[in-house]
Amino acid sequence: MNSIKEIQEEIVEEFAMFDEWMDKYEHIIELGKELPLIEEQYKTDENLIKGCQSRVWLHAEMQDDNIVFTADSDAIITKGIIALMIRTFSNQTPKDIAEANVDFIDKIGLKEHLSPTRSNGLLSMVKQIKMYAIAFSVQSNS
Amino acid sequence: MIQEKQILNIEKIRADFPILSRQVNGKPLVYFDNGATSQKPQEVIDVIDRYYQNENSNIHRGIHTLSQEATTAYEEARLVVQKFINAKHEHEMIFTSGTTGGINLVASSFGKKFLNKGDEVIISTMEHHSNIVPWQMICEEKGAVLKVVPINDKGEFLMEEYDKLLSENTKIVAVTHVSNTLGTINPVKEIIQKAHQKGAYVLIDGAQAVPHTKVDVQELDCDFYAFSGHKMLGPTGVGILYGKEEVLNQLPPYQGGGDMIKTVTFEKTTYNELPHKFEAGTPNIVGGLGLAAAIQYMNEVGIENIEAYEHELLSYATVQIKKIERIRIIGEATQKASVLSFVVDGTHPSDIGMIIDKLGVAIRTGHHCTEPLMNRFNIPGTARASFSFYNTKEEIDVFIQAVERAVKMLR
Ligand SMILES: Cc1ncc(COP(=O)(O)O)c(C=O)c1O
Repeated sequence: MNSIKEIQEEIVEEFAMFDEWMDKYEHIIELGKELPLIEEQYKTDENLIKGCQSRVWLHAEMQDDNIVFTADSDAIITKGIIALMIRTFSNQTPKDIAEANVDFIDKIGLKEHLSPTRSNGLLSMVKQIKMYAIAFSVQSNS
Repeated sequence: MIQEKQILNIEKIRADFPILSRQVNGKPLVYFDNGATSQKPQEVIDVIDRYYQNENSNIHRGIHTLSQEATTAYEEARLVVQKFINAKHEHEMIFTSGTTGGINLVASSFGKKFLNKGDEVIISTMEHHSNIVPWQMICEEKGAVLKVVPINDKGEFLMEEYDKLLSENTKIVAVTHVSNTLGTINPVKEIIQKAHQKGAYVLIDGAQAVPHTKVDVQELDCDFYAFSGHKMLGPTGVGILYGKEEVLNQLPPYQGGGDMIKTVTFEKTTYNELPHKFEAGTPNIVGGLGLAAAIQYMNEVGIENIEAYEHELLSYATVQIKKIERIRIIGEATQKASVLSFVVDGTHPSDIGMIIDKLGVAIRTGHHCTEPLMNRFNIPGTARASFSFYNTKEEIDVFIQAVERAVKMLR
């Protein structure tokens, strides 16, 4: 399994191919379409991160020593970015996730999607991922 | 088409708005988010600039020349607004921070004076949050009840239902003149008449009406009318609450502070007269001057011309957008202002908004601060294009192509 850092580098490389905005979006939309990200049973209100624009569901569970994240959104571009986040953070240890620096979004030129004005729940999602990591590492320590 | 060219010289008008010539994401800006806020003509920008360069000073309290000049200019701005909405007295114009500020003022002061346990306040399903929440707050405080007039599937106010809700318990009716989400123009004159027959007062939320249509508060006979400067070519942070003199005089002040008093002792303060009683503290002076400049600009263009031309834009855009497959227009009232809300089945409004933004087209997506209305239509939100008189049919073509492209990518 690659480290969070390596995966982020991979993503940045992958996106370096696109100079056009539209190509970048097309790729993200493809990623969003490809992934059936979450089981229906986990699309609960508890797992809902409500943004002004689109809704995001995030579910986390421990499998062996790693956290497995699944997520979904009703907006496809948001969902595509979520797919990248899942690729980065899912199947990693709580400690690695808690300590990780999330910089790929910025590097692939999608920083605006994490700005509070987008209100699309992505920013809250990153926070929530970190919270799960902290919560699970406290659990496994005690 | 030829006729429209005669109504307004769009080229010339567009040249007055510096921002319209800028590019966004490498594309010429197509600004269709006028419902959120309008752009500003050079005249307004100049007034703001000049004020801080040459005229800045506090008003109503200075012995010196600058202060007197600023006071005169600010009070002249009040007259410009008075004339624009044809109010009887200049002191019926209360400068506020905007529509939200005006509605909160009325909800609070009117509520204190007139609302008691069991009294009723009537609003409609299509209200903006700023004409819902202040009423919820005061109703909760006073034990009053909030009643909501439903709408039909076209997004029209249901007069029969309103008739049923109106009663001797109704103390105030607060409805929007034009819906920011649907574009519906409500029959406010009839709404006002009916409320008055039951002895209830009426507040009209005019945020989306004043920029686009002639408003005559005496003809409407409303008790309160609130609107924002920034949606009608003026600066942000300034708005107007119109209130009938005899009603305003009965209300207690909203905020306490400087300017709103006659005399203050620690035992008792006597309040200033209208409009100052409701204008505590240093106001947004430059905002008032900017608003007056905006109104003067609109007067020069002619509000009837603005309305006629925007109606043409709306009709054109409505016909064009219907060519897109599986599009649904949300808000198909017979009487509509230049707002075009839509959803495309199988896509999310925010995705459309993000993609067309990359093509230079600015629209708004989401619930537009009308969540209960979105629930009524059972949708999470819409994409909304809202037009102003500086927009063109060519821009609508660019917008339609952009939406088509987005839909193709998203499906
Ligand atoms: C119908 C309506 N009412 C009230 C408001 C609130 O206006 P402001 O934010 O300027 O106070 C708006 C603005 O979006 C509106 O469209």
